[in-house]
Amino acid sequence: MAGHSHFSPANVEEHFEFSSEGKKRIIYGFIAGIVALIIGIYLLSKGESGGHEVAAAGHEAVKAGHEAANTGHEAAGHLSGGAASHQPAAEEHYDWTNRIWANVWLNAVFFTGISVIGMFFVSLQYLAKAGWSSVLKRVPEAFPKFLYVTLPILLAVFFFKGDVIFHWMHHGVTEVGSENYDKIIAGKSGYLNKTFFIARLIGFGAIWLILWNMLRKKSLEEDLVGGTEIFTKLVRIGVAFIVIFGLSSSMFAWDWVMSIDTHWFSTMFGWYMFSSWHVTGLAIITLTVLLLKDKGYMSYVNENHLHDLGKFMFAFSIFWSYVWFSQFLLIYYANFPEETIYFLERWEGHNKIYKTSEILNILFNFFFPFLVLMTRDAKRTRIFLKIACFFIISGHYIDFYQMIMPGVLGPHGGYGLVEFGMLTAFSCAFIYIVSDELTKASLVAKNHPFLPEALHHDI
Amino acid sequence: MSSTNNYILGVYDDEDEVLHAVSEVKSKGIKIEEVYTPFPIHGLDTALGHARTRLPIAAFMFGCLGLVCAQALINYTMVFDWPMIIGGKDFFALPDWIPITFEGTVLFTAFGLVTTFCISNDLYPGKKPEILDLRITDDRFVMAINVDKNKKSAADIKKALKDSGAVEVNVK
Repeated sequence: MAGHSHFSPANVEEHFEFSSEGKKRIIYGFIAGIVALIIGIYLLSKGESGGHEVAAAGHEAVKAGHEAANTGHEAAGHLSGGAASHQPAAEEHYDWTNRIWANVWLNAVFFTGISVIGMFFVSLQYLAKAGWSSVLKRVPEAFPKFLYVTLPILLAVFFFKGDVIFHWMHHGVTEVGSENYDKIIAGKSGYLNKTFFIARLIGFGAIWLILWNMLRKKSLEEDLVGGTEIFTKLVRIGVAFIVIFGLSSSMFAWDWVMSIDTHWFSTMFGWYMFSSWHVTGLAIITLTVLLLKDKGYMSYVNENHLHDLGKFMFAFSIFWSYVWFSQFLLIYYANFPEETIYFLERWEGHNKIYKTSEILNILFNFFFPFLVLMTRDAKRTRIFLKIACFFIISGHYIDFYQMIMPGVLGPHGGYGLVEFGMLTAFSCAFIYIVSDELTKASLVAKNHPFLPEALHHDI
Repeated sequence: MSSTNNYILGVYDDEDEVLHAVSEVKSKGIKIEEVYTPFPIHGLDTALGHARTRLPIAAFMFGCLGLVCAQALINYTMVFDWPMIIGGKDFFALPDWIPITFEGTVLFTAFGLVTTFCISNDLYPGKKPEILDLRITDDRFVMAINVDKNKKSAADIKKALKDSGAVEVNVK
């Protein structure tokens, strides 16, 4: 029997040491990110004075296209006309700092997802009463700590700069008689209004954190006490979280991302964003386990556990592709202008600046993981898993970029130092806080009732 | 399997014992043909040293064939033979065809795999079951050793089986 471990669970504890060397490196990374960000912001503020004319000229062209759409059904005119009527207010109120806020929002949403998926993964394993994952459950268990950073950022950006991100927050869109009055948005204001939005964010965010704290406390107590009583309680917390998360993940998908394109809607969007979050979270869990193994920790996690993580990533990459494609196919097939504008904007709109990332989105998130992780051997080999993790994580950053940027920035988006710096800063902060949280408990949940089963896991 | 007296069968009554017996018998230089059990035993394949099945490769090939066939059919009917405009799309409306292509891939994979499995295991409708010892369908585990393919004498093999914990040793 391969990998027959003689690891005895009761007397072994393993503690992750967050070395000062490692801390230093992450802090340097964070500083480098911030420096890149500042240079990026400086260039942005300089570049905008020259770029204004281009933007104004583009605006004229859009207006012309709008008129063409009203008189004739010319395909090109219809496209730009749709884009213009889609978000006229954003065009008029555009300010170069918008790109910074859009980036903060993008990263905060992305990393909120990764953090909360840690909690979701552990809950799911408890709900299924799965044994194999008990060897590595301390890794995802540490992720939700980062919610203490991202949720306040989301709240602050919404509170102070919400009108930059969201069309429905623009002044006067729901007031009858205002020049900005928008009948469609006014019809949605029962759900999309500032008070209810903040209530949902704080309410569900608080429930997430409370449940995570309960789970974490009980889980650490289990290390000291043992027995099966705590396990039953953890199952209950897991079930409660799954129910809450089923509701809140969809609502946050509508709130944080779908409502950016306020006129547009898709009934698949909750699933779409959840699947994107989930597969990224799985890739980050796998990558963390692999990196810990490279450092000499977690010798009891063998290729069978990695195989299961690989299967998870493979399956949920395909699940994401399935949801993405289902959403696309229905819109493409039905061909309603008010729906197709979403994809046209990303494919052909704004001088095609989003087209490359739309292609990369499909390549990185479907074709590459599908081909790399298809064979059994690849799922059991660390380097192939790492390659797949790289594609999935960067691919889903692009996916969120595609969900958020075209709606917020329109023709002013792009990939530059601002994007790079902001992503680096957020990543380093995430790594630092999760590593710090990992040191607070034994890396192996030594009294987990299923641990002996997990140590003999063989597939 | 007709009765040729070529097979020595070690009968065991415990799954753990047969699993340990496999490595014990093998360590004496005896080649084991197969172990028959009423249910799958974890780790038995690895202990016997069987090569992994190549069915996944067959599955991939059948999948590719299904993909090509589905695309060929749709292209022939919708683009070449009788072009039709549906929903204002091009004749070659690839996104519309993805579900059908997927179904074709899955269908070919499923049928191809079942057929390959049956052929490689010599299974067909009306096939007479070849059972060395009826009790392997109940509560006994049988290790079969082909004498012709072993250099050891029949007596040595019988002794090795007895030593490894077989409750009885038969010749068939």
